[in-house]
Amino acid sequence: MYGKGLRTLSVATLITLIGAFALVFFWTPNEADQGFVQKIFYLHVPMAIVALCGFVVGGIFAIQHLRTREPIWDLRSYVAIHIAIILAVGTLITGSIWARAAWGHWWLWDEPTLVSFLIVFLLYATYTPMRFAIEDRERQARYASVFAIVAGAFVPLNFAAVRASQENTHPRVLNTTGGALPGDMRLTFLIAIVGMTLLFITLYRFELSTKQTRSHISSLKRKLSGDDDLPVLRRSAAPTL
Amino acid sequence: MRVLGALLRKELRLELRTLESVPGMALFSVTTFVVFHFGLNRPNIEGDLAAGVFVVTILFAGMLGLNRLYVADQEEGGFDGFLMAPVDRTWLFVAKAIALFTYLVVVEIVAVPAFGLLLLQPSILPVLPSVIVVLLLANLGFAIIAALIGAIAVHTRARDLIGPLICLPLLIPVVIGSARALEPLFTQGGAGTLETKWLLILGLYDLVFGLLSVAVFDPLLED
Repeated sequence: MYGKGLRTLSVATLITLIGAFALVFFWTPNEADQGFVQKIFYLHVPMAIVALCGFVVGGIFAIQHLRTREPIWDLRSYVAIHIAIILAVGTLITGSIWARAAWGHWWLWDEPTLVSFLIVFLLYATYTPMRFAIEDRERQARYASVFAIVAGAFVPLNFAAVRASQENTHPRVLNTTGGALPGDMRLTFLIAIVGMTLLFITLYRFELSTKQTRSHISSLKRKLSGDDDLPVLRRSAAPTL
Repeated sequence: MRVLGALLRKELRLELRTLESVPGMALFSVTTFVVFHFGLNRPNIEGDLAAGVFVVTILFAGMLGLNRLYVADQEEGGFDGFLMAPVDRTWLFVAKAIALFTYLVVVEIVAVPAFGLLLLQPSILPVLPSVIVVLLLANLGFAIIAALIGAIAVHTRARDLIGPLICLPLLIPVVIGSARALEPLFTQGGAGTLETKWLLILGLYDLVFGLLSVAVFDPLLED
């Protein structure tokens, strides 16, 4: 009852992602300077963009939660941030591999995009511990929303501040000044972004419906055993409905 | 405004009577300079190293203030008393931020001369006005973030851990702005000039997070 349309969505995600990677491996040319390793770009950049958007979307859901006080918005915000954190870990790992291959180092401190991404990741890494440290569920939801809004606003500001402090070495590929992508690479890249967005939405929907189903079941169970007035006692970082 | 005055008087009187935060923060910063002297094994420092050591020391001293900021309200029922009063809750945030800002200024009145005496090689006197401008902007940013996150952290189980853990990444733009702005001022042989770029970044940060904190503080106090 909660997972309506999930199958279609999963199939669409699978097809887009497989299509994107088929294009990456069999159609797009090797980049002249870096060769084959540059193809990690089609995984790394969409993942980074979708992760950052996921953080901001989590903040927008949190605003909705504070306005309406519906627990479902807190759950949505939590799930969006949760999936975005997972994608952020993937971004850091793939970025590190790419940096090693392209620049010869696993990590470069004079690289604003890398550093700002790490800062944002470190900030969001405290989201779950913070939730876990607040026992009262209603308070946990409110405080997590405040955190999500502040952190969501922090994402763009942090990128601006870190970028101001350093020279640009990270390639800007989608604007015209930073070496615009040739047509076939651009098309593949756009398909990869769409695929990654779909992956985010699919994972988001899966986790959301799992959480909803689980809390529905436990409320039914409590109703059956006749103690539905009792509060949930188990401590958890995840919100309950 | 009367509410703000009353809250602020309460904060400052509490601090004057208990002396819980400021002396500890000041002593911490001076001790940290000594620790840096031995850690770096240098008689004096200058330039980017000096700016980094100074900013990070003040940041960590500020963390001590952050951890104490709401503890009395939480343990002695200050929150309950305030919630019963028919006033806008955001004033508590403003009062806390101003109080913490004041603490930081007092700490820096001790820490800046101590830093000049103990570690900094070029004299700090000729650049003192520029240093004060940078520090005031940095203090404001710190006070805003700490007053907001402190209110979250005080209700968590591991509040001394959660507060700094959230604040440190959030404050990195302030660290960047103030450390880079102080770097030319602390450079030996003809102090460089203050770059307006960093003041703009600090000012923008203060403005954005000031407004944002005022907007989201209210839900933190409901019960």
